[in-house]
Amino acid sequence: MNQLTHYAPDDVQAVMEQLPQIRALRLTVVDMQRGSCLFRVEYAPHLVGNLESGVIHGGVITTLLDSAGGAAAFSVAPLNSTVATLDLRIDYLKKAEPGKSILGFAECYRQTPHILFVKGHAYHDQPEDPIAHFVASFMIGSTGPASDA
Amino acid sequence: MHNSESSLFEKVMALKAAGEFAAISALIPYSAFVGLELVSDDQGLTTILRAKPSNVGNSSIPAVHGGVVGAMLEHAGVMHIIHECEISRFPRIINISVDYLRPCLGNQDTFARGYLIRQGRSVSNVRIEAWQADRQRPVAAAHAHFLMG
Repeated sequence: MNQLTHYAPDDVQAVMEQLPQIRALRLTVVDMQRGSCLFRVEYAPHLVGNLESGVIHGGVITTLLDSAGGAAAFSVAPLNSTVATLDLRIDYLKKAEPGKSILGFAECYRQTPHILFVKGHAYHDQPEDPIAHFVASFMIGSTGPASDA
Repeated sequence: MHNSESSLFEKVMALKAAGEFAAISALIPYSAFVGLELVSDDQGLTTILRAKPSNVGNSSIPAVHGGVVGAMLEHAGVMHIIHECEISRFPRIINISVDYLRPCLGNQDTFARGYLIRQGRSVSNVRIEAWQADRQRPVAAAHAHFLMG
């Protein structure tokens, strides 16, 4: 792939790390490659969604995986384009454990002129023992104000 | 079940009996983190995601992070089940599928409402729609399954 036709993975990482919600959640990029991204979120009491178990809110996993998916998609999108999530699905496979950080991985496995197809998973220690599975599609758009048609 | 679990569930059931759904929502720490509130009227429950600069996940529009929109839809779905169904424990999410329909603008409040599509003995199916200024122009919609038993 021609380097000049895509955003450099380091630039994608820098853009992601400046996003307000990514900073608020304290999401950190563990690994960023062209076409894939690994994010981590640390456990925090204010992120709990289930008081009886202390388990983190499902929405934190959604944000973790949507961020990783967005970064993976952005890293293969043409220069001067934007990506927006078209849809996503998350299957919760097992309970996250209170107190442990969660890793979220996503990779772009198919690219067409308009759509980027992404899949991934969230886990504590081993990718083979996932907390959640994730699939999503992202739309490639041009930069500039979004039309709300 | 430990005591803390049963007492929390009893507390939630007492709040439900009193119609205090906003107080149930406020028991969840993640609600305050992203700014989720709940109002009830004779039509049912409306979940509100307050405009909050830290929720922005796309700075160029700026738009609310897709993960936070997903979190809001999940939260609205859980609260709708607690409102509509006779439950013997907290509903647990199995999966959620989110369609992003329009940019969810970061400087506006977002509203969501759930619809119980099917209540089974062990699994319920809920549809959730979110909108901003115009209810006829949804910004996102989801369907989700919750484990009831």
